[in-house]
Amino acid sequence: MLTYLARRSLAVVPVLFGVTLAVFSMLFLVPGDPVKIMLAEFVTTPDQVAQMRAQLHLDEPILKQYGRFVVNAVRGDLGTSIRSRRPVSTEIGENVGSTAQLALASMAVAVAIGVPLGLMAALARNSWFDVGSMIVALLGVSMPSFWLGLLMIVAFSLHLGWFPATGGGDLWHLVLPSVTLGMIASAIIARLTRSSMLEVLGQDYVRTARAKGLAWWGVVVRHALKNALIPVITIFGLQFGNLLAGAVIVETVFSRPGLGRLIVGGILAKDFPLVQGTVLFVATAYVLINVLVDIAYAFVDPRIRFG
Amino acid sequence: MPSSIPASDSDSRPGALRRLTRQRGAVVGLVILTVLASMAVAAPWLSPRDPIKTAPREALQAPGARFLLGSDQFGRDVASRALHGARLSLTVGLIAVSIAIGLGTPVGLLSGYYGGRVDGFVMRVIDVLLAFPGILLALAIVSVLSPGLNNVMLAVGLSAVPNYARLVRASTLSAREQLYVEAARALGGRDLSIVARYILPNVVAPLIVTATLGLGTAILSAAALSFLGLGSQPPQPEWGRMLSEGRDYLREAWWISTVPGLGIMMTVLAMNLLGDGLRDVLDPRLKV
Repeated sequence: MLTYLARRSLAVVPVLFGVTLAVFSMLFLVPGDPVKIMLAEFVTTPDQVAQMRAQLHLDEPILKQYGRFVVNAVRGDLGTSIRSRRPVSTEIGENVGSTAQLALASMAVAVAIGVPLGLMAALARNSWFDVGSMIVALLGVSMPSFWLGLLMIVAFSLHLGWFPATGGGDLWHLVLPSVTLGMIASAIIARLTRSSMLEVLGQDYVRTARAKGLAWWGVVVRHALKNALIPVITIFGLQFGNLLAGAVIVETVFSRPGLGRLIVGGILAKDFPLVQGTVLFVATAYVLINVLVDIAYAFVDPRIRFG
Repeated sequence: MPSSIPASDSDSRPGALRRLTRQRGAVVGLVILTVLASMAVAAPWLSPRDPIKTAPREALQAPGARFLLGSDQFGRDVASRALHGARLSLTVGLIAVSIAIGLGTPVGLLSGYYGGRVDGFVMRVIDVLLAFPGILLALAIVSVLSPGLNNVMLAVGLSAVPNYARLVRASTLSAREQLYVEAARALGGRDLSIVARYILPNVVAPLIVTATLGLGTAILSAAALSFLGLGSQPPQPEWGRMLSEGRDYLREAWWISTVPGLGIMMTVLAMNLLGDGLRDVLDPRLKV
């Protein structure tokens, strides 16, 4: 297990190195002078342009710039926002909690709806329930999160007045955004749980357990579901990434503070350091979450660590 | 003995189309898609009014005889805008997927066929690009290119390249081990001709399935970016943009955002149904 842990952790290093290179290159791929683009909305003198260039170290050799970018990023210094003139890491620090809350709550909603739905659809294979729930799941996969969010606002905020439509802070503000994001993810989890469960239900050990006279639900929960959920765990990492990215849209729909709104605001204001820093942070978090998921997967499935 | 029959053999069977027509979901998807595509093509003739011309006196009219699907806050006909929106959304999706296939296929073929260092390098680059989840890579690309519908097409297309490259690489890796490829190589066939004649046909089936499902995703991503204000700009009648414009009128004019929302959902649903059906017929190994 230790070998597996070391191997999996080391494999992340070149990926993270590549991610820093990709994010660093963003500024140099901008068509035109990035400093002039960033300062386009301000009345500036040539001195101020030169000052900004110096502040971003753009006059230095490119390798030196990259080295500084990586060293600073490792230290937690992601530069200074052009718009707010505050450290990007401070801006991220103020918003990460809100996005993490949203992503975790959405994951909980997705699992709470997706796993039972997929399980029941598999147990009642080819029944009306199975067909109906898979149609709902297909609709969920096809539903734009921004439209579902607006429908939620109309139904539960404007008409019923149960939950606030916009803003963040307390648990009440978390309900509609997390249900919006979680329902879409639940569709994918339901489809995967169903197909995985159907495969496991056909295995010999399930038939043996049934033949021994064990209670049907005991077999389903103790023998089948336990194994059927193993592949579902693998998509947790992927889904968590999708939830982080989906938060970009849902945060805008519900005017909720978070990393997504930070990125979109940064793009619209041409605040490159803010966009670079936030994108780097989210990508790194996603890579590390995937490592944790892989390690968790190795814990529950010995074939992985001994494979 | 080859471990699997090349996909191309099964695809070319005349039964493939017949098997597809037996898939109820795929037929429903195909019908929805045909209707949407026909409406998109005929939008200039089907639209009752100019989709861009404003008429403030007729703002926020409910659906009825005068405005079939109501009017928006500027008095523009929602039905006409939705029809033109179908045209834009389908075009954006098609171009984005074409960019992804156009770049991803050669990269995947090159990586899978030559293997070794080329493959190692390509795979590392793909790993890095896949570290940007979902729409984040497209967002990063838009931030570099600046907002706009053309840049959104490019961003959505480029962000999907790693998925296509990885898929094509995997199919190429299994195809290049087949005996007929070895035979072609032994007979002195050139790499380019081997790839084009013997490898590429094996890649087509999974590529068609992924592209069909990917078209839905591309339309959804482009609409999301337009919703965020990073894609189409006013007064373009793009579905994501229309949804965003209807946000402030949810209570008094629900139709402004409902019509484009339904449009996006039906298009993506049709793609998913057709893609699932195609997968079952052409490449059941991809089934989840």
